[in-house]
Formats: sequence, C-alpha cells, structure tokens
Amino acid sequence: MSYLKDKGIEVEYKEISNLNTLNLGPTHPATHGIFQNVLTMNGEIIEDSQQTIGYIHRAFEKIAERRPYNQITVLTDRMNYCSSPINNLGWHMTVEKLIGVDIPKRAQYLRVIIMELARISDHIICDSVIAVDTGALTGFTYLFQWRELIYEIYEELCGARLTTNLGRIGGLERDFTMTAWKKLDKFLKGFPAVLEEFENLVKRNRIFMDRTVKVGPISGERALEYGFTGPNLRAAGVDYDVRVALPYSSYEDFEFAIPVGENGDTYDRFMVRLEEMKESLRIIQQAKEGLPEGPFHADVPAFYLPPKEDVYNKMEALIYHFKIVMGETDVPSGTVYHSVEGGNGEVGFYLISDGGRSPYRLHLRRPCFIYYQAYPEMIKGSMLSDAILTLSSMNVIAGELDA
Amino acid sequence: MLTNRSKQVVKREMSLAEKLYLPAIFSGMAITFKHMFKKPATVKYPEEKREMAPIYRGHHVLKRDNAGAERCTACGLCAVACPAEAITMDAAERKPGEESLYREEKYAAKYEINMLRCIFCGLCEEACPKEAIFLTDTIVNPEYARAGFIYGKDKLVERMDARIDVSKRQTADVAMFKMGESEAKHNQLYNPKGEQ
Repeated sequence: MSYLKDKGIEVEYKEISNLNTLNLGPTHPATHGIFQNVLTMNGEIIEDSQQTIGYIHRAFEKIAERRPYNQITVLTDRMNYCSSPINNLGWHMTVEKLIGVDIPKRAQYLRVIIMELARISDHIICDSVIAVDTGALTGFTYLFQWRELIYEIYEELCGARLTTNLGRIGGLERDFTMTAWKKLDKFLKGFPAVLEEFENLVKRNRIFMDRTVKVGPISGERALEYGFTGPNLRAAGVDYDVRVALPYSSYEDFEFAIPVGENGDTYDRFMVRLEEMKESLRIIQQAKEGLPEGPFHADVPAFYLPPKEDVYNKMEALIYHFKIVMGETDVPSGTVYHSVEGGNGEVGFYLISDGGRSPYRLHLRRPCFIYYQAYPEMIKGSMLSDAILTLSSMNVIAGELDA
Repeated sequence: MLTNRSKQVVKREMSLAEKLYLPAIFSGMAITFKHMFKKPATVKYPEEKREMAPIYRGHHVLKRDNAGAERCTACGLCAVACPAEAITMDAAERKPGEESLYREEKYAAKYEINMLRCIFCGLCEEACPKEAIFLTDTIVNPEYARAGFIYGKDKLVERMDARIDVSKRQTADVAMFKMGESEAKHNQLYNPKGEQ
C-alpha cells in the first residue's frame, strides 16, 4: 500500500472485522454431492462465498461429438441421475425432431408415464432431503420405499434402476409388461396415502416451517434474470412450465395444474415439488386411462433396430441392423433445440448436425448449472445451516451441474 | 401469469395450534409409532435376495448352442456398439475337427470385457446378430484387484453343466426361430446323436 502513499492517495483503513474462511466441501456430507464452497464467515453469518465447479466434469459435450446418436443416451443418464429417463427421452426426442419422425400416440403416452414417474422420483429425493436437512429423517425413509417401487418399474421396462438407458430413437425398446402395469397400479394406489403421511409429518410442523420459511429466497424477477426454470422458478411465482409452454410428447392432451409459490424461498420450493407430485400422479392416471392402442415405436427402419427374427431371416433388416449398430446411418444436417421439463427444470439439447454419424456440436442445457450461479446471492447474509438447506432445496445435482 | 393453470399452493400463516408446535410433534410421533407395526421394507441381503426383473442388465454371458458350440463369431458388433469401449476380441478361424466347439467358421479366440469400464447399458446384447452375448440377472462379483475385473472367456462363456436361461430376454419369435430349423440342421450336422 506504500505506493499509494507515495502518490499522495489517502487510504482509509477500516477496523478489520472478525472474518473467517470456511471450506464447505468439496466432499462434505451435508452438501449431498461434490460442491466446494469457500465461505467467508462472520461468526455464523455468511458474508461472502465462492463456488468451485467442475469436480466431476466428464466432458459429455465433447464425448458426444465422437459418438453415434444412439450411444449418446448413456451420457444423458449420468446428468441428473435422479431422473435419468427424462434425460434419455429428451435426447431421443431431440434426434427425432432432427430426423423428422412422427411418434405413435401410444409411444408418446407411455413416454409421458415414464417421465412423470421419473419426476416423482426426483421430487421424492429433493423433498425428503429438505426434511432431512432440517432434522426430520423419518419422512425420508418412508418416501424412499416408494421411490424403490418406481425403480422397480424402470427395471421392468429397461433392465436397470439408476442409469436406465431407456427408450430408443423412434420410440421405446419394449412395451410395458404385465408386471410393469401391476407395479404401476400398486404405486398409483399406494403412493397418495404415503404422500399425505409425509405431509402430516413435516408440512405444517412449526420446527420445519421456522427452518424453511424465508430461507434462501429469490424474487421471480431475479430468478428470470438468472434463467431459472422448473420448480425453482415456479416457487418464485412465475408459472412457466415447458410441458405447457411448448408441449412435447402429447402433454397438451392432459389436464394438470401448475403449482406456484410466492417468495421463492425454501418452503415454497418444498411445497411446489410436493404439489407437483400430485399433479404427476394425475397425469399418469390420465395417460393410463386414455392409452391408445398401437405400436410402441415409429416405423423408422434406418434408426430403430429391427426385431431380431427379421435380422436372421431378412436381408434388408440385417443390413439396417448392422448400419444402425455401427452408427452408419446418416442424419440430415441442421440445427435443432428441444427441451423437456426435467425434474429440476428445462433440460435442453442444442444439437448441430452436419450430417454423418455423430453431432457436430451438442450443448446440454442443464438447469442445475444455472441455479448454482444464483447460489452465492441467495445465501449471502444467511446462516451456515440455512445455506445447506438452500442448496438441497434447489436440488442441485452434481452430475447435472458439471456434466 | 403465463398460463391459466397456475395454482397457488403456499400457505405460510400458522394457526394457533400450529404455533404451539406440540400438536404437530405428537401427530408426527403417532405416525412414526404406527410404522413400528408395519412389515419392514428392507431385504436382509446376503441371506434373502430380491427377485430381479427378467430383463435385468447384469453380468454378461456368452451363450453356447444346444450342442455346446460357442455361438459367437467375433463379428465385433458388440465392441462397436459399446459406448464404454469395454469389449475387445481376437478372431480366429475354425480348424477342421473343431466343429463341435465353435458354431461358425470364425470364432473369438480371445474375448474380454473390462467390467470396470462396462456400464451395463445392454447395447452389446441388442447389437449381437448371433444371439451370443446376453446380460443376465446376476451381479458382477467384487474383487480385491483390478486385474480380476477383466473377464476373459473362462468367466464369460456359459458352462454346459450350468446353463443360463435367457429365454425371457428374447422375444417369443426369436426363441422359436432359434429352436427351429437352423438349430436342428446344425445339430444334425455336428451332433447327430443328440449328445448334450
């Protein structure tokens, strides 16, 4: 500072306050993922914070430039791994938009059922984890038993529970089996009561409300400036939902409300997700009742694998089989953007194709990446334990943040 | 408001009973108390095992046909389809007299799956044009050393004394096709006595 003095500039020195630096993360059990927050603490109050991202960056966008289109699905599994079917199907819809395929109504409805199940499982995780972070572990264990049932339905549909790789370009890889329908019926029958029980446990509990009301608020205007979407934006009072604004996969056929909050605080985010689960149940019910008959995949021989018996018996099917697996089917060149309402918000795929087997460039719009930008602003001036709660109520998933 | 579908869901004013917070505590405790008499949701794993879906994607198997010949012809489609690049193989030509070992004229002399790379996506099973590789509903065993996870043909090829049923993973037509004429012709050629 002496050079300032030499130049004749007066520097005013303030009394140095009692600030500490606290490293929250990168592997802190309370943050539910790998997030590093370097917090400047004044006692228990956060004065300033600095975030580090990229701890589990796996360069999906770059890897996608060298992969055939059907192999990119497994990359999307690993973005928001709490609701991977939404990412899988979102990617398939993007490619279908590029190549211009009409998906049969039945496949669209089945997709809606799968995506709404995934949304419920995502919200189960977020809501019960908010309760855990306020100290109510019990509701978490009750709800997770039912998330298990959703995973069993996935298992019946595609063979895996977490990294599903569900669906194919042009439809689904197989129709729902009887076991899957039975499990879905069991879920639809049993889950509302469980949800109500969870509500009774935490929703109007004063301890829970004191911990969550006015914690980590963000105004609707500010949230829009950051580019929030999904439940976190709706909690701030803006009723934007991709399913209504830009309907995909026949969402316009279903009747459902959009729950909105008011202040965009943790309690609002919790409540919006809680109500969205009920709306999702309504959508599944409608899709199940109105399920049309028909094929579960479109007739796109150049992209959808032929049935195995045709591969052995028919020349043409064998040729298509080898071409698809080896990634030799050309897609038209062009640019598409397709977005789906993911568990956390608008999951977007910006795909540039110059023809050929793999994308020229793929950008993944990951909502968590956007939420995390606003995180320092939302926790400034709040307590440390509230910062943890804000992070979990925004449902920032490390895999989606870093991609 | 962008849509006419929005629904305000948050009510933050607390009633007197809620402000007292004791009723909420007791009602919460009543709920947890009720759960003490319910059947536990857990599965006591090593003793009890959960039934997996018939199409569960676990440990791979390289199938043999009914005569005991390996079905794989080392075409390499599974290796091409693998997003994790976990599969490697070396092809070799079948010599006279090996007809009962290998189904086709070309076979995989070496076939390795690196189970540490494998993501169990099932694309290899889908790609196989010979019904040779399947995923099963068993889970890969843990090992102490990384080298143990590179599975060669010794671990992958199914044993004839412990055959693995994959018929549930196939469509009915494929199962019929496999049991149909081509299988019969093969058996007639190479295993006329019908020995297993």
